[in-house]
Amino acid sequence: MTAFERFLETFFKAELIAATAPKIVSGMGMTLLIAGLVVATGVALGLLLAGLRSYRIAPVSAPIVIFADILRAMPPLVLILIVYFGLPNVGVTLSGFAVLWLVLSLVLAAFAEEIFWAGITSIRKGQWDAARATGLSYTATLIWVILPQAVRLTVPPLVNRTIAITKNTALGTVIGVPEILNQATTAVSFSGNATPLMMGAVAYLVIFIPVVMIGRMIERRLAWKRA
Amino acid sequence: MDEKPLLSATGVTKRFGGLPVLHGIDFSVRQGEMVFIIGPSGSGKSTFLRCCNRLEEPDAGQIVFDGVDILGKGVDINAMRQRIGMVFQAFNLYPHLSALGNVTLALRKVVGKSKAEAEAIGRAALERVGLSEKVAAMPGTLSGGQQQRVAIARALALDPRLVLFDEPTSALDPELVGSVLAVMRDLKQRGMTMVVVSHEMRFAREAADRVVFMEAGRIVEQGPPAQLFEAPREARTREFLSRMMA
Repeated sequence: MTAFERFLETFFKAELIAATAPKIVSGMGMTLLIAGLVVATGVALGLLLAGLRSYRIAPVSAPIVIFADILRAMPPLVLILIVYFGLPNVGVTLSGFAVLWLVLSLVLAAFAEEIFWAGITSIRKGQWDAARATGLSYTATLIWVILPQAVRLTVPPLVNRTIAITKNTALGTVIGVPEILNQATTAVSFSGNATPLMMGAVAYLVIFIPVVMIGRMIERRLAWKRA
Repeated sequence: MDEKPLLSATGVTKRFGGLPVLHGIDFSVRQGEMVFIIGPSGSGKSTFLRCCNRLEEPDAGQIVFDGVDILGKGVDINAMRQRIGMVFQAFNLYPHLSALGNVTLALRKVVGKSKAEAEAIGRAALERVGLSEKVAAMPGTLSGGQQQRVAIARALALDPRLVLFDEPTSALDPELVGSVLAVMRDLKQRGMTMVVVSHEMRFAREAADRVVFMEAGRIVEQGPPAQLFEAPREARTREFLSRMMA
């Protein structure tokens, strides 16, 4: 057996590819589902928190800032393990799926909150003045004038952060969520061969390269001619 | 011209941090009157103008608009602001909305007009400022003069009783100033009540019913433009005017 054949045998074993493909595909479905849920929940929650923070009411802003700082500082894996193995001790048992969704959503919300907040504060004060002077309330100004502009400014950092966090769906493997990596490592332990891991890597690329490209498209689409 | 003031301010004071910027301003404007406020930078004229619709909160004093004390407790300031239009030095158009979107936003979200009603009013307002062909244009594609006229249309669309102009031509290239002044002249002819903070001395002289000279947070003197420009009583007014006219 030549070195190249050994390489193929270890990483791209044909019969193992055929046998593992259905599992990897089902893992892709799970990864996509969780990623979609995390993006929707995390971005929406982050926007809500940034909006609430903009009212600058100390008892509201302070917990938001503390939440965002802690969640951004903590490795997501630590949070996942704490929630998954810790909460049952106080009588709350969540499925691995729910834990992964919850934790990654909160982490994304923390980052998204900071990004949206930076966007909100970068909008010139004149925009507030103009809207308030026509009788729009604070909340109406935030919704109709400030956020549409802030969200456009925040698309590039938000897309990058969103991709970084949704890739953390791979952490679900440690709490038994049957996503791509979990399917791949399970197959590895049965076969003693690295081929399923390579398939998992390809599966991630298949999902996330289009996401990266869509992100770039959204950035272009949302740019408008600046006054 | 009605003798009863549409807006009257009494003893308006304002500090920024510890720094006093307004020392008890008494000011009034009658229905249909066009009043210019002139003075050096830092004299408090823009701050006072912004007190008139409470974009700045005065520390003390009273401002009565159309019979309502707008500084009073429980006043619906958003309702008052629909009746007090404002035009800014930097235009402050919403860059994500078209000209028509800028003009109709408050009609739809504050007044509660339907899209069709708001757009009809918005188109009429844009036509009044000579921009009917720019209805769909985004602000970034308009010249400064056009942007400022959209901003005026945005104020007019709410059918205000008073319009506050905060240095409306200061950010414009000289060749674009005329188009904005023409719109203001037209408003005056239609009897709009206006308070204008401006450095356009020639326009003030020609169009104002009354000119107010402010310095260091106080009104130094006021009067009809002929008197204030030709025969100012106060030395400080003379000094300011000679600098401006030089």
